[in-house]
Amino acid sequence: MDWDWQFVREILPTLAEGAKITIIATLLGYLLAVVLGLVFAIMRRSTNRLVSRPTAGLVEFVRGTPLLVQLYFLFYILPEVGITLAPLVAGVIGLGLHYATYTSEVYRAGIDNVPRGQWEAAKACNLTARQSWRHVVLPQAIMPVIPALANYLIAMFKETPLLSAITVLELMNQARSIANYNYRYVEPITLVGVFFLVISLVSVIGVKYLERRFGGYGKRGRAAT
Amino acid sequence: MEMWLGYLTLILHGAWITVQLTVYGCAFALAVAFVAGLGRISRLAALRWLSVGYIEFFRGTSIFVQLFWIYYVLPLMGFTLTPMQAGVLALGLNVGAYGAEVVRSAVQAVDEGQKEAALAVNLTRFQTMRHVILPQAFVIMLPTFGNNAIELLKGTAIVSLISLSDMTFQAQVVRGQTGNTAVPFITILILYFAIAMVITFAVRALERRLTRGLDGVRA
Repeated sequence: MDWDWQFVREILPTLAEGAKITIIATLLGYLLAVVLGLVFAIMRRSTNRLVSRPTAGLVEFVRGTPLLVQLYFLFYILPEVGITLAPLVAGVIGLGLHYATYTSEVYRAGIDNVPRGQWEAAKACNLTARQSWRHVVLPQAIMPVIPALANYLIAMFKETPLLSAITVLELMNQARSIANYNYRYVEPITLVGVFFLVISLVSVIGVKYLERRFGGYGKRGRAAT
Repeated sequence: MEMWLGYLTLILHGAWITVQLTVYGCAFALAVAFVAGLGRISRLAALRWLSVGYIEFFRGTSIFVQLFWIYYVLPLMGFTLTPMQAGVLALGLNVGAYGAEVVRSAVQAVDEGQKEAALAVNLTRFQTMRHVILPQAFVIMLPTFGNNAIELLKGTAIVSLISLSDMTFQAQVVRGQTGNTAVPFITILILYFAIAMVITFAVRALERRLTRGLDGVRA
């Protein structure tokens, strides 16, 4: 086995193209996961069983099945019912939907941790359900779970290579096509590994910062009651 | 009908591969998790650093990249693995790294008084770990191990990409032959979910069994 720096220099621009798509897919997917997760978490707490039960079932099902199969499902089935999505769009939806089921659990933990007295106080002030959620519960529920949510950004980032299976030209796919074309696997696949490792290690520092910044919120709220 | 029965058999063959991968992968991951998790809190600095390096490396890179690296790059260094071996190795090392952190935090979560009591009755460090700490720590680890096992099951779908004929691979074959996407994919989604449910219930049953008689000890 030998490492060829010349070859590394040649393939870096192509890998950078792939890295760009990887980052775009992660960010868009994360946006979807963060929004949809909150919707799932609120729907699961609905007093209407026709809403809460199916939501709980859907969340459990999506969480218990592989993302890869879900991506295939979205990518191959939707065109059959007349919706044709670009690979990247299908990938972002699949990634976002899958991780929304994880973030919804995070939100749920946050919501459960809001003291009961806060709900009662909101009721006593004659707030509607919408107003209680919007102005009383959610601000207190979301702040303490921000670090946990950020962890899922890192997790999603590491899942993006799966999008190559539905022909998205992200980093892993670029690396594989370079590898197959030149019949050299060591450099491209190792570089992809290094890229993920560096970004992950750097983002862990970011999460530590978020923990310092937001970690105290939950405790402060409870001490006050 | 006859035709679908044949395809269903194909998918069930794939399901068997998926189950094998999950079982072997879990067994390997469990062993690795204990070695690396206990290594992380070892007295020897070298062992600690080695464990931290392993854990951070495998948690920091994607399982997909690890699998491809093991399957395509290792042979160039002289280790040729079958897809099954590569799959078990990648899944076990990846999930084992997450498991190691679970082992570490569970061992550290056991009440300090238990260690002091073990010291007071003159147990060696090994005896303390084996008879006092681990039985209690294991109960704390179980629920998270259950989640990790489900993550591993979901990870097995990725090995279809290195041409191992697991359930996802067979679904693709059926899709290619029949041109029908919905039936094979919905079938395997349900099968994956069923296996995940089996894992959930098995872990819960094990947890009930192991916590019997521990009520007074656990906080």
